[in-house]
Amino acid sequence: MLRWLVAPGDSVSRGQAVAVVETTKGAIDIEIFHDGKIQQLVVPPGTRVPVGEVLAILEDSAAGESSAGIGPVESLLRQSEDAETAWARSEMDSVPPGERVHPRRRISPAARKRAEQLGVDLDTLRGTGPEGAVTSADVEQKAAAQRPLDGMRQTIAAAMARSKREIPHYYLSTRIDLEPALAWMEAENAKRQVRERLLQIALLAKATASALSDFPQLNGFWRQDGFEPAAGIHLGVAVALRRGGLVAPAIHGADTLCLDELMLAILDLVNRARSGGLRSSELSEPTITLTSLGELGVDCLYPIIYPPQVAIVGFGTPSPRPWVLDGNMVARRVVEATLAADHRASDGHLGGRFLRRIDKLLGEPEKL
Amino acid sequence: MNNTELRTAVLEALAEAVPGIELDDLVSAESFREQLDIDSVDFLNFSAALSRRLGIDIPDADTPRLASLDDTVEYLAARRLGDR
Repeated sequence: MLRWLVAPGDSVSRGQAVAVVETTKGAIDIEIFHDGKIQQLVVPPGTRVPVGEVLAILEDSAAGESSAGIGPVESLLRQSEDAETAWARSEMDSVPPGERVHPRRRISPAARKRAEQLGVDLDTLRGTGPEGAVTSADVEQKAAAQRPLDGMRQTIAAAMARSKREIPHYYLSTRIDLEPALAWMEAENAKRQVRERLLQIALLAKATASALSDFPQLNGFWRQDGFEPAAGIHLGVAVALRRGGLVAPAIHGADTLCLDELMLAILDLVNRARSGGLRSSELSEPTITLTSLGELGVDCLYPIIYPPQVAIVGFGTPSPRPWVLDGNMVARRVVEATLAADHRASDGHLGGRFLRRIDKLLGEPEKL
Repeated sequence: MNNTELRTAVLEALAEAVPGIELDDLVSAESFREQLDIDSVDFLNFSAALSRRLGIDIPDADTPRLASLDDTVEYLAARRLGDR
């Protein structure tokens, strides 16, 4: 528990962020799943608690009765059931260097004492108390950020080992002529201010999400009793973190967003994944994942499904290649798209049709 | 703004755009992408920060000229002369 965003007596509504916790996936905003009023905060900031612990007591707004608000952390971390709560990185890293040093700053005596115990350098801290005062919570948060990436590494290790152990993957790959999509994007970007420009990943994500709406067998979860299709298309986007490791938070309802909305959603998600502030629902809800090593010069990747999902789509680097178009050899920018899917939930024939649909959609970028 | 000030502005824009980036060992003639392991999202953030700090629009076609610190300073110096 890094800090509470609400106090006893506050009214809260479903989906509101109520606390920030440090997990194996970074600093996460915990959302509440019920409307009501906060009666008591049970877990103080700086405390490490197991998954499933009661964090706060919530007074039910309808019934007026007290009920334990267990939900958020449990549901967040049940996703990565092999992992315990651990420590990776925090929002502190996002502070620009210029803001780090406050020449005359206020530091609470408790914070000073805690900093000494935890070995935190007070000069590197940004205070969040009144007038920028450094509080004990700030010190705890910094201490969490200083801990190594072991937790995230363990989470990835557990999930990927389980995937390779349990999921019978099949892999399909297809080369896609990306020239129409990239040329269209470049013409669009020439008309736009920096902030409104599109990136290639937005086109790939849009085509993937749109194609998926006709292939529900690839969008959902493999449970003990079989395949469970998901109600919406929540596209997980794999984001590499600067200090190592990765997360794949979801874009909610990706198929319902237009290209510009999807681009903004991706920017927002990547920036928050790297500087802290992902929401618990974003980490627990991906129904399929998109991974792109598009900028490393990798031709093709063979991704591993993130359980309990049943498919993952990968894109390599688009690069100029000889391409036969209407019987003539021309140079086109070509990208290799890969699908890894769970053979328990779908077959290669269906996977092949899905990749062909992505290809078709990317060929008509103005319709994306 | 002289080249030293432009250089400072570029470094500040980088630090703002890419949280946690280490700029101490940056070689000014070598490409940002090679040295700093930044991706297209980082680069878009950088272009936007630079554009906002200097109050200029940077056309998409010009972004290849922001490849390294030296290139960027040279481009911005030329832009400012041209705008005057």
